[in-house]
Amino acid sequence: MAELTYREAIARGIAQEMRRDGNVLFLGEDVAAAGGVFKGTTGLLDEFGPVRVRDTPISEQAILGAAMGAAMTGLRPIAEIMFSDFFAVCWDIVVNEIAKSRYMTNGQVSFPLVIRAGNGGGLRFGAQHSQSVENWAMAVPGLKVVVPSTPADVIGLMAAAVRDPDPVLFLEEKALYPTKGEVPDGEVVDTLGRARVLRSGAHATLVALGNMVPRATAAAEQLGAGGIDCTVIDVRSLVPLDTHTILAEVARTGRMFTVEENPRLCGWGAELVSIVVEESFFDLDGAPVRITTPHIPLPAADALEDLAIPSVERIVTTVEKAMNQ
Amino acid sequence: MDAACHIGGRRLALYDQQIRLRYFEKRAYDLFLENLVKGTSHLSLGQEAIAGAFGVAMRHDDYTFATYRGHAHTLARGVPMAPVLAELLGRENGLMAGKGGSMHLTSVEHGVMGSYAIIGAHLPIACGAAWSAQYRGSGQVAVAFFGDGTTNIGAFHEALNFAAIWRLPVVFVCENNLYMEYTRTSTVTAVPRPAADRASAYGLEPVLADGNDADEMYAVATAALDRARAGEGPTLIEALTYRHGGHSRADPAKYRPPAEVDEWLARDPIPMYRKRLVDAGVDAAALDAIEKTAMEDVDAATEEAKAGAAPGADLLFRDVWADGGSSWRN
Repeated sequence: MAELTYREAIARGIAQEMRRDGNVLFLGEDVAAAGGVFKGTTGLLDEFGPVRVRDTPISEQAILGAAMGAAMTGLRPIAEIMFSDFFAVCWDIVVNEIAKSRYMTNGQVSFPLVIRAGNGGGLRFGAQHSQSVENWAMAVPGLKVVVPSTPADVIGLMAAAVRDPDPVLFLEEKALYPTKGEVPDGEVVDTLGRARVLRSGAHATLVALGNMVPRATAAAEQLGAGGIDCTVIDVRSLVPLDTHTILAEVARTGRMFTVEENPRLCGWGAELVSIVVEESFFDLDGAPVRITTPHIPLPAADALEDLAIPSVERIVTTVEKAMNQ
Repeated sequence: MDAACHIGGRRLALYDQQIRLRYFEKRAYDLFLENLVKGTSHLSLGQEAIAGAFGVAMRHDDYTFATYRGHAHTLARGVPMAPVLAELLGRENGLMAGKGGSMHLTSVEHGVMGSYAIIGAHLPIACGAAWSAQYRGSGQVAVAFFGDGTTNIGAFHEALNFAAIWRLPVVFVCENNLYMEYTRTSTVTAVPRPAADRASAYGLEPVLADGNDADEMYAVATAALDRARAGEGPTLIEALTYRHGGHSRADPAKYRPPAEVDEWLARDPIPMYRKRLVDAGVDAAALDAIEKTAMEDVDAATEEAKAGAAPGADLLFRDVWADGGSSWRN
């Protein structure tokens, strides 16, 4: 067991898979010599050399096109899109090409590839470098989407994503890069499509993703001190989605709160609420509540960004209000 | 296509390719008129020399990346006519069981890695296949075919630069038929030769070829493929040609001056090539036999395609994922 940062876990997770499989290649902007703009890929060039770890031009369509073409001809590329906001300039390759081609060709091609991207706010970067795009990704048939919240999950889910035969969008939460966590020694391999119950409570279930997980956990601590005993679930994987775990906890507690960083409309929590209402309505003791970033672009100033993204305080007051009605 | 050589040498193979593509596309058009071809379709009538020459010049394991105008490029790699036609008809015996349609023809076993209907998207993807070939040391080359309109989209420029800096074994083939959809490309492009004039921006030699001359296309193709296989990097070819019909089946192409159309019809690659072969002493009977066989194959493919059933409902949820299914939750 060792303590690593989320940032350090990125390089360790990629290195673990590159050591195991010579067909795993890694490409992106500033990823090799510079070690990544977030220093998440430091050391990979030294260990694996410039043939397997490659800097690219600022050409997101070329990066993802190259990953797609390599994946459909026998390799297992990992591509980095520096900020998930930049998916907007290469979304065609993701949505029209990678996500659809297996289906369109009646299964003739597979895309065992991983696309990493720094996602979300908290760094005061303003609207074009801060968005949480997990709801974009989740809306596309043919993409798997994971969002790790701890260093151990970064490594384990990276391994699962690289070994998966389908395309996986691996969204790294920029605000979590400096956070630390315990990581087991040796190879760490997780499973896609498994939510994790972090804390079990009797009164309400908080369902959170990525950067919202530590906030939901902190909120649950405060709520517990006030007599509201909460379950906290880390969704971890939006596609495939572990509805069994979530439905079971919601049924047991009777209340559900989603904590989402994505802007409100069509956020992942909306899908979850619809599933819970359709399939577990009579287990509910009250309306499900979504705690989200409002439907606005993210502002840059720290005072405003902090107001926009769900905070521990907002989670606590929202849950208290709903539970005391 | 090595197998084609059994009918008596490269030039006969080139003629055979062109005739088969021509007859197939004409049949596809006839089947539109019978309302049997569903959706849209984009024919290569008039442009057969390019796909045909590459089909003869490419190694069996090379990769083809085509556009929505990709029937010819698919067939040129040896994909049988019947499943291609059945795909156009939306039948279960189609190349992709009816799930792709005319614009997405794919046959991985023939090296046809897909037909892509978003302008320019497949150029970066071809780079990826070429990168893979380079990494694996397989000696394979990826060839991406596209139209003149593609030269104004970003993916074209990203792919050209990417291929050049990594010296990828990829050949970019611009089939310049002068028109994007309904607009003359020269009216919206800063340079007269939309591909060749851009080559120098990526450190490449401009290659301009007569796309209606199968011999010239074969020579250009072979040079580019050899260069790629030798590790010397990409080639960008601009092949001048003309589509005999409109952009798609919905387009009567009335925006083109009749004199221009007549001029290009007079340069139809197939009668020109036939005359060249006869002038060179090839027995006309051998060419007649090629034509007869091709027409018989088209007729047989038509019957086979028409006999196919509609795709079953089980196909709807198949093959979103590599496990064969489409489940997104437990």
